[in-house]
Amino acid sequence: MLLEINPLVLPDIGLVFWNTVAFLLLLVVLGKFAWKPILKAINDREQGIEDALAKADKMKSELAAMQSENEALLAKAREERATLIKEAKETADKMVADAKEKAKAQYDAIVADAQVAINQQKNAALTDVKNQVGALVIEVAEKVLHKELSNKAAQETYINELAEGVKLN
Amino acid sequence: MTFRSIKSLLVKTFSVFSLLIATQAFAGENHTPATTQAGAAAPAAVEAHGAKKEGDFNVTETILEHIKDDHSWHMWGHVSIPLPVILKTSKGFEVFSSEKLVDEHHEPAVYKGNFDYKLVEGKTKIVDAAGNVDVEASKQLWDFSITKNVASLFISVFILLVVLLSAAAGYKKTGVKSAPKGLQSFMEPIILFVRDEVAIPNIGAKKAGKYMPFLLTIFFLILINNFLGLIPFFPGGANVSGNIAFTMTLAVCVFIVVNLSANKSYWEHIFWMPGMHWSMKLFLAPIELIGVFTKPISLMIRLFANITAGHILVLSLICLIFIFKTVFASAIAVPFAVFIGMIELLVAFLQAFIFTMLAAMYIGMATEEHHHDAHGEAAHH
Repeated sequence: MLLEINPLVLPDIGLVFWNTVAFLLLLVVLGKFAWKPILKAINDREQGIEDALAKADKMKSELAAMQSENEALLAKAREERATLIKEAKETADKMVADAKEKAKAQYDAIVADAQVAINQQKNAALTDVKNQVGALVIEVAEKVLHKELSNKAAQETYINELAEGVKLN
Repeated sequence: MTFRSIKSLLVKTFSVFSLLIATQAFAGENHTPATTQAGAAAPAAVEAHGAKKEGDFNVTETILEHIKDDHSWHMWGHVSIPLPVILKTSKGFEVFSSEKLVDEHHEPAVYKGNFDYKLVEGKTKIVDAAGNVDVEASKQLWDFSITKNVASLFISVFILLVVLLSAAAGYKKTGVKSAPKGLQSFMEPIILFVRDEVAIPNIGAKKAGKYMPFLLTIFFLILINNFLGLIPFFPGGANVSGNIAFTMTLAVCVFIVVNLSANKSYWEHIFWMPGMHWSMKLFLAPIELIGVFTKPISLMIRLFANITAGHILVLSLICLIFIFKTVFASAIAVPFAVFIGMIELLVAFLQAFIFTMLAAMYIGMATEEHHHDAHGEAAHH
C-alpha cells in the first residue's frame, strides 16, 4: 500500500481509538463543567457591564432631567416670591390708602359735625341775644313811656341815664 | 529552550552510545543477523552491525525515532518507563508490559503470549518460530496499547481538566461581577479570543454558542499537545499533535460536526449549485463533493506536517553536531535550534488557532443561510 511507504503517515488504530476516547471525554466533561459555566459567567458579566452602562446612562439623563426640573422649580419659586412681594406691597399700599381715606372721611365727618354744632350754637346764641335785645328794648321802651308820661325833663334825663346804662355790653 | 537543546544534545550522545553498545552485542553473539532478523528490521540491523566506527551516525533514523510513537517512554540514558501493551487478536485481548518486548540491551525481543509478539520498527507484529513476521496473523492484530503518545495524550487531558475545571471553579467562587483571578484570568482571554476572533466572525453570533464547547475543546487539546511536544523531557517529549492519528481523529470529528450541522442550502450548493447553467452544475457537483472531503483532510495534513516539520527541523540542527563530528558545530546548531524553538512556540499557538479557525469556518459555511435570487432554480431542483 502507498501509505505504508512511510510509517509517519500511517495512523495507528490504537492512538486513533484512545484519542477519540480522550477527545470525547474532554468534550463532555469540559463542555459540562468548564465551558458551560465559564461562558455563562463571561456572558453574565458582559450582560452585567452592559446593564450597568445602560443604567448609568439612564441615571445621567434622569439627573439632567431632575436638574432642569429643579431649575424650573426654582424659577417658579422665584416668580412666586416676586408676585407675593408685589401683592403684599399692593395690599399694604391699599391698606394705607384705605386708612388715609377712612381717616379723612372721619375727619371730614367730625369737621362737618362740629360745624353743624357751631352753627346750631351760634344760631341759638343769636336767638338768645335777639330775644334779650327784644326784651330789653321792650323794657326800655316801657320805662321811657312811663317817664314821658310824668315829666318831660325828667323823662329826657332818664332816657339818657338809661341809654348810658344800657351800653350793650 | 536552552534546556531543550541541551537535552537533545544529551539524547543524541546517548543514542550514539547505545548504538555502539548494540553493535558490539551483535558482533559478539550473533554472526548471522540478517537472516534471523525480521525482514523490515534487517537493514537497520545490518547498518548497526556495520557501524563500528565512532561517529557513524544515521541521521534519518535518529530523527524518525524521536518523531514516531513508541511503546516505552524514554527518560534518560538507559532508563525508560515501560507502558502497557494492549493487543486484540483472534484469541481475544491481551495486556502485558512493554518491558517484555525488549531485552536487556533495549533491542526488540520476542514475547510469547497468545502469539509470539515482536516489535518491528516500533510496531507490534506477530512472528513465527523463526522470528519472521507472520503477515496474515499480523493483519488480525489490533494494537490498543498505551503508547508514549497515548500516555502523553492522557497527561494533556489531565492537565486540561485540572486547569480548566479549576478556572471554572474560580467563577463559582469569585462570582460573576468581580474580576477574574489567577488561572481564571489567564484562561479567560484565550477563551474570549476563541469566541470573538474564531467562532463569532465565522459562524455568526447567533449560532456560535452551540459550537463553542467543540471549538474550545479542539483548540485547547491541540494547544496543550503542541506545547507538551516542545518540552524535551518527561511530561512532554512525545509528538502527539505531530502524529497523523491524532490530527486525523480531530479532522474526522470536524468532518462529522460540519456535515451533521449542514443545512439544506449547503448541500444544495454542493450538488446543484444555484444560479448556474445545468451543465455547469453537473461539472461543479463532483468538484464540490471532493471539497467536502478535502477540507478535513487539509486540516489533518496541515497540523501533522507543521508540527512534525518543526520537530524534524530542531532535531536536524542538533544532528549537525554529529554529522560534522565536532563539538564546534554546536556553536551554530544550538543558537539555530533555539531560534527554531522560538518559532515553534509561535507555530504551536498558530496551528491550534488555524485548525480551530478553519473548523469554525467550515461549520460557518455549512450553517450559513443563503439569500440569493436563484429560488426559481432551487424550486426547480
